[in-house]
Amino acid sequence: MTDLTPPTGAGPLGRREARLAWGLLAPTLIAVSLVVLLPLLAVFWISVKPVGLADLRPPTPIVREDIRGDLEAEGDEAVLRYRLRNSSQDQTITDVVLSDAWPDGLLPGALDPRCTIADARLSCDFGDWEGGTRDEIRIPVTATAAYLSGPGAEASDPVLSGDASNILTNFDFTLENFTQIFDGGEFWAVFGITLFYTVFGTLGALIMGLFAAMLLNKSFRGQGILRGLYLFPYVAPVIAVAFAWILLFDPFSGSANALLLQMGVSSEAINFFGERPLALIMVTLFEIWRYFPLSFLFILARMQSIDTDMYEAADMDGASPFQKFRYLSLPQLLGILSVLFLLRFIWTFNKFDDIFLLTGGNAGTRVLTVNVYEQAFALSNIGAGAAVAVVIFCCLLLFSVFFFKLISREEGL
Amino acid sequence: MKAVRFGYVTAPVLGALWCFVIAVTVAVAMSFATGAPFRPTLLALPWGAVLGVAALFGRTVFSAAALAVALLGVLGLGPMASDAVGIIALAIGHGAVATFTALGLGKMTGELRMGALTRHEFEEAVIRFLTGFGYIFFTAIVVIPFYVMVMTSLKNQSALMANPLDFSLDLSRGWHLFDSYFELMTQYNFGSYLWTSFYISVLTVLITLAFAIPGAYAVARLRFRGQAMFSRSILLIYMVPMIVLALPIYIAFSMTGLRNTIFGIVMIYPVTTIPVALYMLQGYFRGLPSEVEEAGLMDGLSRLAVIWKITLPLSLPALASVSLYVFMIAWNEFLLAFMLLDDPSKFTLTRGIASLNSSEIPRQHLMAGSVIATVPIMLLFLGLERFMTKGLTAGSVKG
Repeated sequence: MTDLTPPTGAGPLGRREARLAWGLLAPTLIAVSLVVLLPLLAVFWISVKPVGLADLRPPTPIVREDIRGDLEAEGDEAVLRYRLRNSSQDQTITDVVLSDAWPDGLLPGALDPRCTIADARLSCDFGDWEGGTRDEIRIPVTATAAYLSGPGAEASDPVLSGDASNILTNFDFTLENFTQIFDGGEFWAVFGITLFYTVFGTLGALIMGLFAAMLLNKSFRGQGILRGLYLFPYVAPVIAVAFAWILLFDPFSGSANALLLQMGVSSEAINFFGERPLALIMVTLFEIWRYFPLSFLFILARMQSIDTDMYEAADMDGASPFQKFRYLSLPQLLGILSVLFLLRFIWTFNKFDDIFLLTGGNAGTRVLTVNVYEQAFALSNIGAGAAVAVVIFCCLLLFSVFFFKLISREEGL
Repeated sequence: MKAVRFGYVTAPVLGALWCFVIAVTVAVAMSFATGAPFRPTLLALPWGAVLGVAALFGRTVFSAAALAVALLGVLGLGPMASDAVGIIALAIGHGAVATFTALGLGKMTGELRMGALTRHEFEEAVIRFLTGFGYIFFTAIVVIPFYVMVMTSLKNQSALMANPLDFSLDLSRGWHLFDSYFELMTQYNFGSYLWTSFYISVLTVLITLAFAIPGAYAVARLRFRGQAMFSRSILLIYMVPMIVLALPIYIAFSMTGLRNTIFGIVMIYPVTTIPVALYMLQGYFRGLPSEVEEAGLMDGLSRLAVIWKITLPLSLPALASVSLYVFMIAWNEFLLAFMLLDDPSKFTLTRGIASLNSSEIPRQHLMAGSVIATVPIMLLFLGLERFMTKGLTAGSVKG
């Protein structure tokens, strides 16, 4: 009796298809892992290392060579001098060796015991250097006829080699970065600010987007122009619009303040981006202003794909406009609204440029992402910056779990 | 709720609110246009209410009421107050308040009458009010920052300090209006920044497409183990914040000497855009009928030939929108350019603008730089807006 079970595993065709698929994906995979996954691993690595901005240049031995005296005629005497130092003030360099070509016909006087001359090369062995070590080698020399016709002593660059342990690649680990960022109330203040900014920025942009989409969800003359116009905040370079906002709300020469004063709303100039609760509200408003177009675009697209039959049926049944919105449009839009909410939530959480440009994280607007920059570059503590980045990444993982749960339900991906 | 649904309540309430909205709008617009002090007053509420009621009594009464409000305005008792303003501005301002209030109210109260209203009529009027308010509100918030940006770039610092509201242009200056643009181009090297930004963006688009098209096709069409996981992880990667990556990239680039090179920037930009391009394209590829491709396969084309000869020509609109989107991201990118470029001869536009932000450089230069960066992307976008809208929505989130 022949075996009638269906074939298991992939057939040759299937295997070929899979091979092709991986071949097509390979460039992307390689590029993405080089620039995304590798840096991510690096962030985790750096976050447990005591790295400062200055440590990015590993300690190196440095040498300067000069000749004291003139070697212009036969028998002239001079001193060949090498000045050496450790570039780092606190790190040790081991096995420091100086090596330089020794010019033809130059007669050395008393040689430093650490140095030897062999095969027309000078080499000196210094052993280990503590941080901040300085040293000097002086060799009295006499010129002969052969030297004067050849290249000078300074013609060849001295080579100095040594092994330094690089803080980035050694195996010293510390949890100090994490204890430092979680220490004190500062971290939780930053976290609270981030949450405020993210939640209200996202909700605001979503509601504004919904409102704008409802305005434009009917055809009239000039609809295309208005739609293009309403997308401007999203399309313009963030740096341009951020500076325009700063100028507009400047406490001394800003038009907004002048307007408020003139209309009698406020009696003195308001420092919109410089006062404590106000600055946070302003950056949140900026976020809403800049990203409502995106929500508006998605919501409008969804609205236009809703079947009009339903509305006709509702009209027949005598539904009022608000009832139609509440009981027909809103349920239809719920899917896109929740997807947009999570997407925007994550992106707003990740936002750096906007706040950095508007306030630089001052006046109570320092969110987590700005804190990464602040720790790493302003405080020169790259390790702490990376630790904050790790915290951000963990939050992100948490959000994306929710997101994928939702999106699987929404579009069966 | 029921008490509001009478014509004699709805009409004045809407009228009062609408008149106030218009008074504020016109006051702001007139202030920005002339620099003269215009401000809305609380008198807008009662006059608006009167207008609202008048609208219920037919055209003649309504027009007379609107005219009366305009005259009251000129006399200084209207919805908007102004002092020490020229007669023309006065007439235009108060005329505009009365006209726009009347036009809007006419539309809103079209179906209203004195007595009880049906729920339908009432909500229709409210929706019309909200629609009018929405158009004004959104247009204002979008236009004002850009207006300030352009006008500031055409003025000089001392004039702005003297009256921050006066954006009127001194046309007698002629070409000197554009002085700050000339200075940016000649002294601040903005011509070269513009060119750098342009070719970096174009290169980014080309490289992104070269990577994303085959990848998107594989994810959308070919069956292989891990396909589902793949389409998810693409999105996940897109969500990794740039600042998290910027730190190690900064370190790596400092160590390898790629910092401060255009090559480094061109290497890094496409990788930030590949995931989103791949995601958008695979959404589009999925929507293409696979029968066409299968017919091609049956006729003896290889898979790669199918992609080249069938899939790509069919997806030109999607390619256009993805290119546009990627171009926009690369053009507007700030963080990486800011961190990785220090040498003024290699700046991109955004980095160049950042370098103008100092107290020694006058404000109009900063704004002129912003305008230079904004105008090309706006023009490109307005020209291809249709693609952008379609591509963004069709590709990114299904629905």
